[in-house]
Amino acid sequence: MPLQVKRLLLAFAVFIAIMLVLKYFLTPDSWREYGAYRGKALTEISGKEAKYVEMETCAECHDTIAGLKTQGLHVSVQCEICHGPGYKHADDPDNNDLEIPRERQFCLRCHTKNMASPQDIIKQIDAVEHNEGEECITCHNPHQPWL
Amino acid sequence: MAINKENYTRRDFIKNSGMIAGGVVLVSLLNPFKLVFATKKPVGIGKWYGVGIDIEKCIGCGSCARACKIENEVPNEPFFFRNWVEQYTIMNDGQIKVSSPNGGIDGFKQPVPDENIYKTFFVPKMCNHCAKSPCTQVCPVGASFESPEGLALVDQSYCIGCGYCVQACPYGCRYIDPQKGVVDKCTLCYHRLEKGLNPACMMACPTGARIYGDLNDKESALSLFVKENNCAVLKPQLNTGSKLFYNALSQEVH
Repeated sequence: MPLQVKRLLLAFAVFIAIMLVLKYFLTPDSWREYGAYRGKALTEISGKEAKYVEMETCAECHDTIAGLKTQGLHVSVQCEICHGPGYKHADDPDNNDLEIPRERQFCLRCHTKNMASPQDIIKQIDAVEHNEGEECITCHNPHQPWL
Repeated sequence: MAINKENYTRRDFIKNSGMIAGGVVLVSLLNPFKLVFATKKPVGIGKWYGVGIDIEKCIGCGSCARACKIENEVPNEPFFFRNWVEQYTIMNDGQIKVSSPNGGIDGFKQPVPDENIYKTFFVPKMCNHCAKSPCTQVCPVGASFESPEGLALVDQSYCIGCGYCVQACPYGCRYIDPQKGVVDKCTLCYHRLEKGLNPACMMACPTGARIYGDLNDKESALSLFVKENNCAVLKPQLNTGSKLFYNALSQEVH
């Protein structure tokens, strides 16, 4: 074997050895557990806290309002859409109050007249013609709007 | 392998050509062409999540975008969204207007008078959780990946914030978190799914326009939704294997 080939092979061997050592120290624990990524990332992502607790948790204490809501048209509207995320309130109700939106503008987020909204799915009102300046909740009970 | 050109006959040429062609055919038989998936598509095992959106039911309230921002601590200033709603307005003269003021979080106003409108509708948008996702394939460090459930996720402790995936996503569903300096995107609320809760946007939708489910289970809500409706995905020509199925999708939407 010529000398220059021997030297080249030696250089390759050293290079490969360095790469193997680097790979050993730099590859994270759970790499390739499922694929070319850290398998532990899945548990890290799923370990985050959920902020919205969903209607069943609210109904454990607020059963009267939850019952009232099942009879009205807002049955499919989750409590936390209007009142905000309830994870703190569910843990410690005395120190964490939820918001109670009363403004007209809040109701109009869904109920303002817009041709793009399907007419048969949502009741829409013309914000200018329909009792302008009044709060919606003076006439409508938001937990049981049309009964 | 050198060829002796002086004694190379036509017979030799045809023989060698035949051998090469036969070899290629043989190898392709042994290892047939497969579709490229960023992750292995599970066959009949485990969950394979997809999303369905019924455009006919969307009222454009923006509850989904609002709930998503709160649940996932998405920065509040504009242009950072994991999901958002667009209002499409096609006018009588053929002009198409797309508006999404603050992602639809504060509701929509229709600037075009009703008599000029040919057609108008809302299109909620979010990560398509593609099966052959362009975004996970370009990640240089392996921080973007597809989970075994078919969700495109980001390992934020590994991401270097190069932004390559932000450009690669044809649906514009990724952004660089200005505080953390790493990429953030929809996880289909993976942390909620694992706890048995619905994703925040699905929970918040008052009309049931958004559904999700397991595409491997043919009785799941999503499988039935895709079966019963004429569903389409966005940009099918890009062959991303999108798993976000829209019912009643107009051809103007892109």
